[in-house]
Amino acid sequence: MTIAEQSNAFQSRVEDALSNEQAHRNFRSAMTMLMEKRANQFPNDDELLEKRQRANAIRAHALRHLPQLLEQLEQRLTENGIQVHWAVDGEETNQIIHQLLQRAGAKRVVKGKSMVSEEIDLNHYLQQRGIEILESDLGEFIIQLAEEPPSHIVMPAIHKSKKEIAALLKQHFPELDYSEDVDELTQQARQILRNRFQQADAGITGVNFMVAETGTLCLVENEGNGRMSTTVPPLHIAVTGIEKVVEKLSDVPLLLEMLTKSATGQPITTYFNMVTHPRQGGEKDGPESVHLVLLDNGRSRIRRDQELLDTLRCIRCGSCINHCPVYVQLGGHAYGTTYPGPIGTVLEPMRLGLDQVGVLTSACSLCGACGQVCPVQIPLPKLINRLRAESVSHQNRGAVKGEGSLRKRVEVWAWRIWKTIYTRPALYALFSWGATHLRGMTPSRMGGWSRYRTVPKPAQRSLAELSVQSGFEHE
Amino acid sequence: MSRARESIFRQLQENSGSIPIAMHRSGPALMHWSREEKIARLGEQLTTAHAEVHRVNRDNWVQWINHHLPERDLKRLLIGEPLSDQLQGKTADEIELVHYQQPIEYWKPALFDEIDVSMTSTRGGIACSGSLVLWPDQQEPRLMSLVPPVHVALLKASTIYESFEQMVVEERWASGMPTNALLISGPSKTADIQQVLAYGVHGPKQLIVLILEDE
Repeated sequence: MTIAEQSNAFQSRVEDALSNEQAHRNFRSAMTMLMEKRANQFPNDDELLEKRQRANAIRAHALRHLPQLLEQLEQRLTENGIQVHWAVDGEETNQIIHQLLQRAGAKRVVKGKSMVSEEIDLNHYLQQRGIEILESDLGEFIIQLAEEPPSHIVMPAIHKSKKEIAALLKQHFPELDYSEDVDELTQQARQILRNRFQQADAGITGVNFMVAETGTLCLVENEGNGRMSTTVPPLHIAVTGIEKVVEKLSDVPLLLEMLTKSATGQPITTYFNMVTHPRQGGEKDGPESVHLVLLDNGRSRIRRDQELLDTLRCIRCGSCINHCPVYVQLGGHAYGTTYPGPIGTVLEPMRLGLDQVGVLTSACSLCGACGQVCPVQIPLPKLINRLRAESVSHQNRGAVKGEGSLRKRVEVWAWRIWKTIYTRPALYALFSWGATHLRGMTPSRMGGWSRYRTVPKPAQRSLAELSVQSGFEHE
Repeated sequence: MSRARESIFRQLQENSGSIPIAMHRSGPALMHWSREEKIARLGEQLTTAHAEVHRVNRDNWVQWINHHLPERDLKRLLIGEPLSDQLQGKTADEIELVHYQQPIEYWKPALFDEIDVSMTSTRGGIACSGSLVLWPDQQEPRLMSLVPPVHVALLKASTIYESFEQMVVEERWASGMPTNALLISGPSKTADIQQVLAYGVHGPKQLIVLILEDE
C-alpha cells in the first residue's frame, strides 16, 4: 500500500467509526465502566506504584535474560513431556500448527482466545486447508460468526449490542429460539459449544505467562473455555510470543494480579490454569500430547532497541486501550490492525513497518493516560512520540522498518521556512508586520487541519506592537 | 535444532548485555491475618464473585450435602476417591453417587450430559483473591471441577493462605509442579455480551464452597 492509500484508508475507517453511533455508545459505556472498576481495585496510589514497579522489574529481568530463560524453558518443558517448536514468523507458525494437526489426523479444532493467533491469522490459514476451527471464548465465537476481527484485545465483541448478537445467533443457528436476554444467549452458546468441545480432535490456545523455572504454561480466563480446550481434546497446541517467559514461579502471582485488576477490574479471574505436563500415567483426562509453538515475528528485533524493548514487557491487559480518549471515540476496527489503541500504535508499526501503518501514530492526543495506567510501566506516550518522529525522520536509525516514509517535502520546507523566520529577529518583525497587516489575505483552507476547524485570522496588531503602544520598551 | 530456533537465538544473543539490570522484584511482607480473618476475607471475595460459601464441620458436612443437594434437585453426584469413603453409604436415598473411574474417552457424553453436580476436595485457599487451589490428579481428575453444572468444593480452613505468592513459596511449588494446577475463584462467567455478567458459560453455573473447620 502506498502512503497516500494507507492514509486514505485510515481516514475512511475513522469516518466510518465516528458515524456508527451504536458502536460509539457501546465503547463509551464499556470503557467508562472498565476505568471505574480498575480504579476500585487500586485504592492506594503508593501501593499501586510499588506494584507497577515490581511488575515492571519482573518483566524487565525476564527480557534481559531472554535467551537463557528461553533455553531453560525449552529444557524444562521437554523434560515435562511438552514439545517445543520455534517459528520466525507467522507463516512458519501456521505451518507448524497445521503439520501438528495433520500428523494427529485432527480435523475439528476448538480454540481459546489468543491474540497471537489473530496476529498470524491462524484461523484462515487452517480453514483454507480444510480444518474446522471454532472459537470458544464467547466474544471470539460471536465475532467469528460475524466474520469480523476483534475490536478489543480483552473484550473482542465489545462493539456489538445484544440485539446484534441475538440476530447473529439466530441467523447461524435457526433452530434456536430468538432471544435478547443475555443469560439466555449465554446458555444457547453454552449448548452449542459444549457439543463441540466433546467432538474436538485438538485444542489451540494462547499463553499468558510461561515459567522457565518449572516449564509451566499459564492461562488466565473467566469462562472455562480455555480449560475445556486444554483438557477435553487429546491434543493441545499452545502458541505464544517468545517474550511471554518469566524466570520464577514466584514471579507469576503479582503479574496475574496486575493483569486481571488492570484488564477488567477483577481481583482475579475465575480460572487460572497452569499446565506443566501432558496427561501422565493413570490420569483420566487431559491431552495425551501438548505442544508449544514459540513465535518471534519481529520480537527479537524489537529487543535490540533500548527504548522499543520496553514494549515487550506488555502483559496484554488492554488497560492502555480502555483509558485512551482516541480509542473511546474510534473503537478497535478503525485502527485496521490486530492490536488497537496505544499498545497497537506502538507494536504494529514495529511489526509491520512505518511505511505500512505509520499513520496510526497520529491516532494519539499525547494525553499520557496510557503511560500512567500501564501495569508494567511501558512509557507508551514517549514511544508513540518517538515513532511519530521516526516516521518523518531522515536519519536512518534502522530499528523500525519504513523510517521516514511519512516525510513530506511540503512539510519539510514549511518547517525550514518557519525556523529561518523564527531565528532571525528582522525577518520575524517583517513576517509579523505582514501577517497582521495583510490578515485579510489569510487562506480559508489549510489542508486537513481546516476540515473540521475554522482557520484563525492573525490579530490586527502583534503582541510586540501592542506592547510598544502600551509603553513597554523591551519585551 | 531447527533453523528458526538458531536464527531467533542469534538475534537474541547479540545485545543481551546492554539491557539495563532490573530493579528489586520481591514483594512486601504479609499482613499476618488470623485464621478468622483469612476465612472472612476468602468468604467475602468468593461471595462477591457469585459463589456460595458455607461453614461446616467434620460431623455435619455430609448432612449438608444430604439436605441441600436433593432440595436443589441435584441428584447425580460425581465424586473422586478422596471423598468416596466419607460419602459412600452415607448419602441420602435421592442422591446417586457416580465415580470418575474410567478415562474421559470412555464416557464423555455421560460426563457432559448426565451429571448434576460434582464434589471435590481442594489443596487450599487464597484469602486475598478469594480463590480455591486445586491440583487435580488420578483420584480427582481435572474435568470434575469444570464440566458438571454445579461444583461443590470442600476447603479445609487450615489450608487457607493470605496470598497466592505465599502459598507458592511456602509450599515450594517450584520444586515439582503437577500436570495441572488450578485457581478457581467463582462460577464460570462472561461479560462478552454488552458487558452484562452472565454465569455458567462453559464451566459450572454454581460454585459452592464448604469451609471445613478442621482444627
